[in-house]
Amino acid sequence: MSFAWAKPYEPQTGFTKWIDEKLPLPRLVYNAVGAGYPVPRNLNYMWNFGVLAGFCLMIQIVTGVILAMHYAANTEVAFATTEHIMRNVNSGWLMRYAHANGASFFFIVIYLHIFRGLFYSSYKAPREMIWLLGVVIFLLMMATAFMGYVLPWGQMSFWGAKVITGLFGAIPLVGESLQVWLVGGFAPDNAALNRFFSLHFLLPFVIAGVVILHIWALHIPGSSNPTGIEVKQESDTVPFHPYYTAKDGFGLGIFLLAFTFMVFFLPNMLGHPDNYIEANPLSTPALIVPEWYFLPFYAILRAFTDDLTIPFTGIVLIQAKLLGVIAMFGSILLWFFLPWLDKSPVRSGHYRPMFKKFFWFGFIPCMIALFIAGGAPAEQPYVLLSQIATAYYFLHFLVILPIVSQIEVPKPLPYSITESVLGSDDAAPGKTASSGAKGADDIGSLQPAE
Amino acid sequence: MSIRLGAIIAGLGIVGILFFWSLLPGAINYAPPEKPDYYAFKEKPIAPEGGFSFEGPFGKWDNAQLQRGYQVYKEVCAACHGLKFVAFRNLSELGYSEAEVQAEAANWTVPGIDPNTGETTTRPGKPTDQFPSPFANDVAAAAANNNAIPPDLSLMTKARKDGTNYLYSLLSGYGEPDPEIAATVPEFETPAGLYFNKYFSNVNIAMAPPIVIDGQVTYADGTEATVNQMSADVAAFLTWTAEPTLVKRKQTGWPVLGFLLFATILAYLSKKQIWAGLKPKKK
Repeated sequence: MSFAWAKPYEPQTGFTKWIDEKLPLPRLVYNAVGAGYPVPRNLNYMWNFGVLAGFCLMIQIVTGVILAMHYAANTEVAFATTEHIMRNVNSGWLMRYAHANGASFFFIVIYLHIFRGLFYSSYKAPREMIWLLGVVIFLLMMATAFMGYVLPWGQMSFWGAKVITGLFGAIPLVGESLQVWLVGGFAPDNAALNRFFSLHFLLPFVIAGVVILHIWALHIPGSSNPTGIEVKQESDTVPFHPYYTAKDGFGLGIFLLAFTFMVFFLPNMLGHPDNYIEANPLSTPALIVPEWYFLPFYAILRAFTDDLTIPFTGIVLIQAKLLGVIAMFGSILLWFFLPWLDKSPVRSGHYRPMFKKFFWFGFIPCMIALFIAGGAPAEQPYVLLSQIATAYYFLHFLVILPIVSQIEVPKPLPYSITESVLGSDDAAPGKTASSGAKGADDIGSLQPAE
Repeated sequence: MSIRLGAIIAGLGIVGILFFWSLLPGAINYAPPEKPDYYAFKEKPIAPEGGFSFEGPFGKWDNAQLQRGYQVYKEVCAACHGLKFVAFRNLSELGYSEAEVQAEAANWTVPGIDPNTGETTTRPGKPTDQFPSPFANDVAAAAANNNAIPPDLSLMTKARKDGTNYLYSLLSGYGEPDPEIAATVPEFETPAGLYFNKYFSNVNIAMAPPIVIDGQVTYADGTEATVNQMSADVAAFLTWTAEPTLVKRKQTGWPVLGFLLFATILAYLSKKQIWAGLKPKKK
């Protein structure tokens, strides 16, 4: 770790010394999530979601590998093998419900993780790379989740796949050939199901790889914190273990309580009843909706209802469908530019009065509106709602954020993390000897209480 | 600065396209969707009096009701609807003994292969067989049912919103349209070959009323077979076929939640103790 006071790893026994010489894996773990990683002492519970997201990935991989042992990716039997898992495989129902709800909880956790990053501007220098890798993970997650939802081969699986793969057909000139090539036919069928299964198995391991890079990039500048000011001194930090292992342990307990409650008592609440009907290419469901975690982006896709034409001539420049596709992918891809769009020197939203207002009264209601509009049929007033919310979404990131960061007068920042926690810091300039001594006393021992 | 200027231009551009080409025309021609004529009749599913025994976090199967429901399925529904994900052996979960399951399976005729000639034939069911489909294929099913294929019922209660109550309401909810509403929606009609049912998605269903009179089934356990009773019983049975592990799932949930609650309290206390040394002293 980069801080000079990081506790060095010292193997105690002969065995750990031997291991440390051959393959210093315990050293790596010690420095990554052990006592060797100094972390700001003021992290709030919003900083729990990184560890929780890693835990979700593990739940998904473990339950998914078990499900794959009993599932067959063939349109003739996919639906039946899914029911076989639910009925005949020992605890198969538990594995499948945990996997399906695990995906939902993974997205709940990741959205909170992203919103935390947005509010505290965790994407700003020197942490741009962590943010960029995070966006890559999010895109990989979306692809994985989409393909996973197709596997049971129910009605929503099939029609969702048809709608989403149909988006590629909107690309000018090559669109239709590209779509046929990607899907392996004119509509999703056995070829599509097989490749989706193959990729759905592969991508989580790609995600795990990018997660390692994400954590590696995190350990170079160290964790951000709610004040947004950088670590200055040893009293600003505590070792990750035991302080944050304990805090994350409590957070994990709360997470598991909510997760198991859904798995055991409301396992189908976040799903769609139509997916318990076997896929039928000849019968279109009344309302095709994606899984709940895609609804905001689905709303952006459907917000563009009319072609871009030259007025009074009727000449179509860009079709509405293509506009929607560009906007939907653009709405996530613009996150890649965020570190350079928001130039405010202050990170934390707590010290940015203008930004804070736009975040809570603009961005959050906008996401809720997109969520509602995405799940509703394409009719008024939901179309209008999705259009207003989509307009705000792009204005927020591309116009409001750059301008606000330019004109905003931030509130004064505390001198250090220590000062923000304790109210005073003896290292701060202009402190009297008495208050300084008191501060040092207050910091107390950095060792865990006996 | 250039990247931010580019972003502002791009942002205003995409919002401009959205505003002038999609939002504005939509707002000018704003028209709330016209509700179809059947909409006035449609109603949400209702629960039978007393609800179902398996509902709620502590719900349990009522085996007597499931057995009655099975009897209704066998004597009424099975004429047109299959149950392909359920095997006869699963009936033991309803409280039937092994001998009873064997005898019950043998009452059914399943497709088989003649061991001497190799030709397709039929034979009595065995506990390991799945419930047979009443039609050879979808074409035969459509031909026999005015072009409406009777769906398989294995998963029906999970494939509809509020499925158990929906099935109960649908089966007991046939009747004539409310004359008062019908007077206000004169264009509404039930086409020939369809039947009015205010719980069905568009209130005109192809299925003829399956449960029509009290006493249509003579229950083995002597329960009075009213239309509502039979509808509730078969809805309960089909909830079991849709998710045989429903009760087991809830029963497994409680110890898991209890353990996690205990572990979370311990985790909270240890977190509190570990962080205690760091807390600033009260002034």
